[in-house]
Amino acid sequence: MAALNNDILLENLTGKFGQAIQPQADEYGVLTVHTDRDTIIDLLRYIKTDAALQFIYLTDITAIQYPEKESPIGVIYHVHSLVHNVRIRIKVFLPAGDERIPTATVLWNGANWMERETYDFFGVNFEGHPNLVRILNVDDMTVFPMRKEYPLEDPNRVDKKDFYFGR
Amino acid sequence: MSEVQIVNAPPGVEGSGFFATSLDKAIGLARSHSLWPLPFATSCCGIEFMATMGSNYDLSRFGAERLSFSPRQADLLMVMGTISKKMAPVLRQVYLQMAEPRWVMAVGACASSGGIFDTYSVLQGIDEIIPVDVYVPGCPPRPEAIIDGFMNIQKLVQTESLRRRNTPEYQALLAKYGIQ
Repeated sequence: MAALNNDILLENLTGKFGQAIQPQADEYGVLTVHTDRDTIIDLLRYIKTDAALQFIYLTDITAIQYPEKESPIGVIYHVHSLVHNVRIRIKVFLPAGDERIPTATVLWNGANWMERETYDFFGVNFEGHPNLVRILNVDDMTVFPMRKEYPLEDPNRVDKKDFYFGR
Repeated sequence: MSEVQIVNAPPGVEGSGFFATSLDKAIGLARSHSLWPLPFATSCCGIEFMATMGSNYDLSRFGAERLSFSPRQADLLMVMGTISKKMAPVLRQVYLQMAEPRWVMAVGACASSGGIFDTYSVLQGIDEIIPVDVYVPGCPPRPEAIIDGFMNIQKLVQTESLRRRNTPEYQALLAKYGIQ
């Protein structure tokens, strides 16, 4: 088995998925590809089960928001091939007001809590998730606190300056 | 003259072979020198409180020898550290499970006001959910400050009327927090 690197991996994925994935600049030596929500589960299943790739370890699922973009909220998957010690970063940007994406719990049980956290903070709706409820914040919270929709604290307020607290 | 320090007797009428004072004062004296705290320590203030309990500062001098992590028979709820909104119902339940008479001490900036954590997830002071008797400032307060707060609680306990908890003011205060 040849050692897996980003070029071979990208060639493999492009041969399998073609235009459904768009490679991005490799940051920090990690291959980054963008895809869409129709492809994501097939892509994850492929890289997990393919004998030459074996990305068996789901490191993290989280989200990001670029408020100025057309599709502001993106879900990010970090997957690690423990066999080859190669990582891949997959991003799926979702249209505004329609943050739906199929759940990855069909592949990894570990995705359960990660998706709950992403829902809790970004309001991404993971369709098919067995128990999509908040995990860190109080249940009766009505907002998604990590979204960039809230004004920053008034920089001129003085009631919480250090000297009031003996610091 | 002995080195042992003894608490002064409360004001009263002394005569040969008898000493008369009011029951309030006698009970207050006994209670204030045997306060049983329930440390509800969640963060750095809790570490500072551990130092207060250690031999150097020795909270046990005040008769607070029984530090219990159960509300049973505890008199003083010491809340030390950040209370998140998710922790609030737990804290409130602990307070409700304590029997009267009970006092509450908010130690440090977080328990008193939310401190530096002016965020969506942190309760901005425990007085939003339970009544507080003494606030100890500091971030974190030194053990001396915690002891000072404790002595302020002792003063409250000594001077409290036995019927304070039956007064309409106290009932109204509890009703404000939805406690009956």
